[in-house]
Amino acid sequence: MGLGPYLFLAILEGLVQASVLTVTAVGLSLVFGVMRVVNVAHGEFFMLGAVFAWFLSSLFPDNPALGFVVALIVAPTLVGIIAYLADRLILKRLSYDPEATIVATIGLLYILQQAALIFFGPDAKAVEPPFYWRIRFPWFGYDGYKLVIIAAAIVLMLGVWFLMRRTKIGLVMRATQLDRETARAFGIDVDSVSATVFAFGGMLAAIAAVLVVPIQQAHYLMGLEPLLLSFIVVIIGGLGSLPGTVVAAILIGLSDGILSVFFSPTLAKMVSTLLVALVLVIRPNGLFGKAER
Amino acid sequence: MADVILRTEGLKRYFGGLHAVDGVDFSLGQGEIRAIIGPNGAGKTTFVSLLAGRTPVTDGRIIFRGEDITRLPAFRRVRRGIAYTFQITNIYPKLTVAENIRMAVLGHTQRGDKVDFERETLAALDAVELAHRADIRAGELAYGHQRLVEVAMGLALSPTLLILDEPTQGLSDSEIANFCKLVKRISATATILLIEHNMDVVMQLAHSITVLNRGRTLAEGTPAEIGANAEVQAAYLGTGQ
Amino acid sequence: MTPAIARRNFILLVVVLVALFLLQFVVPDYYVLTITRIMTLAVFAIGYNMLLGYIGLMSLGHAMFFAAGLYGAGLLTYHFGIAVPLAFLGGLITALLLALVIGFLSLRTQRVSFMIVTLMFSQVGFLMTLYFADATGGQDGLKLPHAARSFQLVGLTFDLTNEIVRFNLAFGLLLVALAISFFILVSRRGRIFAAIRENEGRTEMLGFNVFAAKLEAFLYSGAIAGAGGAAYGLLDGYVGSTFASIQYSIEVLLFTLLGGAGTLLGPLIGVALMTTMIDRLSEVTTAYLLVVGVVLIVIVLWFPKGILGTIRERWLPWLM
Repeated sequence: MGLGPYLFLAILEGLVQASVLTVTAVGLSLVFGVMRVVNVAHGEFFMLGAVFAWFLSSLFPDNPALGFVVALIVAPTLVGIIAYLADRLILKRLSYDPEATIVATIGLLYILQQAALIFFGPDAKAVEPPFYWRIRFPWFGYDGYKLVIIAAAIVLMLGVWFLMRRTKIGLVMRATQLDRETARAFGIDVDSVSATVFAFGGMLAAIAAVLVVPIQQAHYLMGLEPLLLSFIVVIIGGLGSLPGTVVAAILIGLSDGILSVFFSPTLAKMVSTLLVALVLVIRPNGLFGKAER
Repeated sequence: MADVILRTEGLKRYFGGLHAVDGVDFSLGQGEIRAIIGPNGAGKTTFVSLLAGRTPVTDGRIIFRGEDITRLPAFRRVRRGIAYTFQITNIYPKLTVAENIRMAVLGHTQRGDKVDFERETLAALDAVELAHRADIRAGELAYGHQRLVEVAMGLALSPTLLILDEPTQGLSDSEIANFCKLVKRISATATILLIEHNMDVVMQLAHSITVLNRGRTLAEGTPAEIGANAEVQAAYLGTGQ
Repeated sequence: MTPAIARRNFILLVVVLVALFLLQFVVPDYYVLTITRIMTLAVFAIGYNMLLGYIGLMSLGHAMFFAAGLYGAGLLTYHFGIAVPLAFLGGLITALLLALVIGFLSLRTQRVSFMIVTLMFSQVGFLMTLYFADATGGQDGLKLPHAARSFQLVGLTFDLTNEIVRFNLAFGLLLVALAISFFILVSRRGRIFAAIRENEGRTEMLGFNVFAAKLEAFLYSGAIAGAGGAAYGLLDGYVGSTFASIQYSIEVLLFTLLGGAGTLLGPLIGVALMTTMIDRLSEVTTAYLLVVGVVLIVIVLWFPKGILGTIRERWLPWLM
């Protein structure tokens, strides 16, 4: 296969990675934007989405399509409930103090991860894709389901945009993000908003995981990489900026996917991690971010 | 005429589109007590923050005792003799009053002077009449007294220029009276620049007044001149002050 | 701090150290090994405490300094056959230089950004140990050569495979680390550090060079953490990527918070408690890291000052 088709394949793979990363990172970005907290357990919400998807689809061994749909609905809901409880029981009691929240979400990370180890086990387990659709390109065959992931991510992002810009809930979230105190003065229950946003952010990560688990196995340690990548995306895209997050996710997902095809994945991660650290050092609000205060 | 101790040339501080300080030429004589007044949002605190080095300059120069200190970091300006008290009281709440002041005396030693800790601490405590509260945790004091601790810390630095940002806010009338006496005593050894909203205090203490409005100097003169200035009155009334 | 209080804490420190020293004659061999590990990790935590407890900066990437010391020393013995004492120094210097670079870069950031920046730099370090696996042994790590399992110093031979030798070397390092901590805390430097922790803006406006002070604390912190790492690798005879991973960064945060950030003996207590808890739990389940999560949340919700910090606040205000 020539370089052209190889590059095309790399771009397709990159787009798939970018799609999953975009949905995951937007979840993290929303939480940071509205609540001003960094959720280090975000990757574990992703992992739980995949793990729950495995459990749910194993209930329908003869009908992977049905199993998949059930997983797509139920898994994020379960994760949303866990996230909601975590916010109410723990984060709220810390008054969302930035450093304390990070420590608490680190603790949450360990609890969720080890719970998955206990109930799910240490092995990677596969989930059947809902359908088989082999696309015949002139140079190679390609799994059509991956294109569905890309389409699903676009639909989800349009949905989030619509929610934030055109609905009352979105307006309430944006108001709380802009000025918590004023929002409270206008009668908005900011604590409920926080819990809802935290749940919603976790649900987005879970949905992304359910989408990707048929082509990538579920494993109790799979949350770390999405977490670090999401961090990188949110920081480079600008803390608190949703459009920036989407642009950065596409760029980083693409480049990570492409670099991993041509070079070593470890090197790709090293470079992007180092870049993001330097971005934070030089421009503490990310490249596109709005200045705080 | 007294020597000029502090001078600014075309000082500017922009926050994006907001021109907080918009080209201020300012000149302060040694031994003066100068008050800076102006309606809310005039740029008073931003202006003194620029002088103290707490915020970087967008354009213009600051010259202190003949030296261009525009790019000098804040702590070096303190070592050159500029002391600044915060608009919102900013002390060490967990330390006692005496420990707070000792910290300031320690800061004084950063200038290389030989210092008698006990004597300096006591002197500062006596000046603000807080000697009897020396061993109380600063965070437990009434707000007015915390402000006095802040002033005492400024004193303990033995500054050449003392900048006070709304020092009488939150003080009772008798505390304000004592404060004015204190300032007059300090001005024997230091130049004083104070931001004030309390006109009585300003009229009592200030040798001269600078009025800022919208980041620019509106007027400068003696208290009598400023009191009679129609533009100043308009600026205050216009913004609902 | 009055001389009387300093003296009282000094006595307490001596008593604790003597008791610790005597343990080797009293407990069975297995525990001697465990206590050695605890003491070495405590040096790591003491280094971490310099930054978190004394200055108030929470780093999420301190494993990079532990690993710098570990690999610095280990690789010198493995690839260049350098004797253990010199290799130890090499590890220490590696960590110190790394602290200088990282300090300069990361101290420009505040609070949350600082946490993320240190996390990221540390992750780069971890990935480097994997990427250069030819030199470092990657995930599997390297067993240090036979020549590195003993050394000569002042005419005596130290056999690092002997638990008693290891115990006393670790003890010696812990003693030095605690002594440095103590003398910093009672010194003028210590007061400036505390002032920066309590109110950075105020401290700057009293004429103190806050950045320089923070960098100094950062250097102490990285160097001591690195010394812990170098000792850990040399005493154990093994270096591996796990020690550079996020897990070690989080664990040292946990140890320090649990024992009491800003206290002198807190790190030691935190390490001792957590290590014992983890060891006990790992006999029962593979998911023993669960306790790390639970303890972190309990601490942050109800005991942010940690054990010694809470004791100091409620009953013993003179405790350092």
